[in-house]
Amino acid sequence: MQALSDVSFEVEKGEIFGLIGPDGAGKTTLFRILTTLILADSGTATLNGWDMVRDYRKIRDNVGYMPGRFSLYQNMTVEENLNFFATLFHTTIAENYDLVKDIYSRIEPFKKRMAGKLSGGMKQKLALSCALIHRPLVLFLDEPTTGIDPMSRKELWAMLRGLKSQGITIVVSTPYMDEAMLCDRIALIQKGKIMSIDTPQGIIGRFPQKVFAVKADNMSRLLSSLREYAGVRSCHTFGEFHHITIDNEQLTIDSLRDALVEAGHKNLEIKEIVPTIEDCFMELTSETRA
Amino acid sequence: MSVIKVENLTKHFGNFIAVNNITFQVEKGEIFGFLGVNGAGKTTAMRMLCGLSQPTSGSGTVAGYDIASQSEDVKKHIGYMSQKFALYEDLKVWENMRLYAGIYGVPRSEIPAVIDRMLAALGFESEKNTLVKELPLGWKQKLAFSVSIIHRPEIVFLDEPTGGVDPAARRQFWEFIYKAADEGITVFVTTHYMDEAEYCHRVSIMVDGRIEALDTPARLKQQFSVASMDDVFTKLARKAEGGEQ
Amino acid sequence: MKTFFSFVKKEFLYIFRDIPTMIILLLFPILMIILFGFGINTEVRDTRVAVFDPSRDVATQELVNRLSASEYFVIDRYLSDISEAEKVLKKGNVGLVVVFSNNFNENMQRGSASVQLITDGSDPNTASSLANYATAIINQLAVDHAQLATNVGGNNSRLPIINCQFKLLYNPTMKGAYNTVPGVLGLVLMLICTMMTSISIAREKETGTMEVLLVSPVKPITIILSKTAPYFVLSLVNLATTLLLSIFVLKVPVAGSLTLLVGLAMLFIFLCLSLGVLISIVAPSQIVAMLVSAVVMMMPTILLAGLIFPVENMPLILQVIAQILPAKWFIEAVRNVMIKGVGISAISQEVLVLSGMAVMFLAMSVKKFNKRIE
Repeated sequence: MQALSDVSFEVEKGEIFGLIGPDGAGKTTLFRILTTLILADSGTATLNGWDMVRDYRKIRDNVGYMPGRFSLYQNMTVEENLNFFATLFHTTIAENYDLVKDIYSRIEPFKKRMAGKLSGGMKQKLALSCALIHRPLVLFLDEPTTGIDPMSRKELWAMLRGLKSQGITIVVSTPYMDEAMLCDRIALIQKGKIMSIDTPQGIIGRFPQKVFAVKADNMSRLLSSLREYAGVRSCHTFGEFHHITIDNEQLTIDSLRDALVEAGHKNLEIKEIVPTIEDCFMELTSETRA
Repeated sequence: MSVIKVENLTKHFGNFIAVNNITFQVEKGEIFGFLGVNGAGKTTAMRMLCGLSQPTSGSGTVAGYDIASQSEDVKKHIGYMSQKFALYEDLKVWENMRLYAGIYGVPRSEIPAVIDRMLAALGFESEKNTLVKELPLGWKQKLAFSVSIIHRPEIVFLDEPTGGVDPAARRQFWEFIYKAADEGITVFVTTHYMDEAEYCHRVSIMVDGRIEALDTPARLKQQFSVASMDDVFTKLARKAEGGEQ
Repeated sequence: MKTFFSFVKKEFLYIFRDIPTMIILLLFPILMIILFGFGINTEVRDTRVAVFDPSRDVATQELVNRLSASEYFVIDRYLSDISEAEKVLKKGNVGLVVVFSNNFNENMQRGSASVQLITDGSDPNTASSLANYATAIINQLAVDHAQLATNVGGNNSRLPIINCQFKLLYNPTMKGAYNTVPGVLGLVLMLICTMMTSISIAREKETGTMEVLLVSPVKPITIILSKTAPYFVLSLVNLATTLLLSIFVLKVPVAGSLTLLVGLAMLFIFLCLSLGVLISIVAPSQIVAMLVSAVVMMMPTILLAGLIFPVENMPLILQVIAQILPAKWFIEAVRNVMIKGVGISAISQEVLVLSGMAVMFLAMSVKKFNKRIE
């Protein structure tokens, strides 16, 4: 099985680079290659000028890595975990306290608690503190927000912003498309291939179609109605709206509105919107499928 | 008709109150979103509703059976699917179906027909002999969902069914949920995707063991005067920063 | 160095916080000693005895009476032919066959009477007890007769002597009996060092912490050494427990040099640790590590290394397999030092084989231990 094929990209110093894609897209494999844990079959990669294969020791000294499973020692307290990782990198908590302060101070009241007994959000903060304690050049976060509630996710992204302002480069992966907007640049990845790399705005700007948000009283009937029209290129549910793109040769938005009203849809609302990253992602995946 | 009826349901773990006096009802055929921050008590509440955990106080009925005294009957009338445990990875698609059909008491003679019907509904005919572990996550979740309602339960509990699933498959999954609801199966679902909260008929939001909000998405947005469910959630979660214990 | 100690500290925290496992590990040797030491050592009472007595004279009659009078033996039958001895033993009809020489009484007076005791050696503990009790009774007879002879004023130079011989069928050297302590020692060290080490490394792979450790400046050798250090200490504790129990409870003294014995044990501990590390490197999960240690290493050790059945009595193919078991060599060497009291030169072959195996496992571990996770 080929987990990744022909991936090329660059990350600038001090930026937050997001790898956006669902489970099984190859994000974890890419992270493991970049953190020197596994070797690529072909191709090369460098980090801060160091070669992934030859200079792997240099790289390991200078990166922080938080795997998807929040690797912590469950049977050790919060403080013991952090101390352990500090010693691992020949440093102390005191030496780099300013860097982790914002994050660690929130779990410090529980420092005598076993890591296994922390809630999801707190575990995540501890794992992040552990990955940061040696002041790495680059921080790799593999799906730090998976299974975390929206509130804790927002907190995490705020913390990442804070780290960026301290000059740390961050490479982060996530299956949540809405988080793409919080990155400086993103790569949309699916089935081992990078479909697009740009700033979130750049990717949205290149969306080839106009996107309309449609809403009516009965959303599920609206969905089946929309799918009946040949001129509707795509139609996806998006929270309280359905997002559609239309083929202008077959259909105009006004004729669609008339048709829907005629079909009996009440309180119909159609407006043009700026596409979201999720729209872009689905557009790109349907292109690769076609 | 209420499929779930819960009154003053409470669960203590030592001094810790995981679920604090919650009261709500879920109607037949409803898609009920059960949201909350991590550690707010969602899992504990769900375990009690499924008859897996005894309430400390309060009462509840699921599908007409008492969750404390008739937990075995409750289990017979519900379906359950979680992100973590759903299917046997080393079995083929149809083997998983046969296994669960057996577990849920589908008569032996009807099993082949049931499997064929499920494969057709999923559009999985070509994948009948594929090992589950070789399926993409989105497919697995759809399969797991069909399996969890193989015995036509009155209510199905879905615990973060779409986490990590790709955008297109996530939407297909919700179309399955709608279809099940149309057929009269009540759906009780947790999710961290706030757009999915919009797809629910009604949504409850748990904070610190209590249900702090419960209404249709539209009315919740109105009540908190915000534009999206995401903002409703954030507003409630901020209010109780002590949520993390 | 600081990294190393911080690592070791972490390992100890892990072991001591897992109280049930720790209790099992500390009680395991005690349990094994009790099981193997006492459990197999059955009470020998009313053992049925077959007698082959070609002379049928006063002395043999008296001896048979004395045997029969003791609480240990019951005379079951007389054999008409010596060839029947093996048959009755094999069938389990009797536990002991007493074979008198011809003209027993006359020979006894002349000082050259002999009696042969044949027992089933496949249960060495019972066999040795039986032989001990029977010999005591026979010797008492000789002493009594000697006293009688002196009192009467007979010729002192020709005291009645009974020459007592054992013959153990099936297990002529009766190795099993001596195997209890060395065997338990081998098993305990194997369990602590191989199984626990392999599980503890595999656990870090499972929880994902290994990934983080690898993506850090820490050297693989530090990880390995710090993983093994706590189990090394734990093994020494168990070594002490086992030896103390065997000396003071089982009354099996250390005949040879204690230093040599401890040195030998350390060599074996080192070997087991290397093996544990090797298993954990190959095993992807805790459960695989445990199965490999238990099924591939522990079971053959219990069955084939001479702990229960003597190696010599096994079919040839199993004897060959036994040769590749590290525990077999260790048990053999310990037996030699502990029971026979030999010096290092006598066990040089075992020491050599064990060292060779240790070096091999270590080399394989270092070679296999990936800097990466593939």
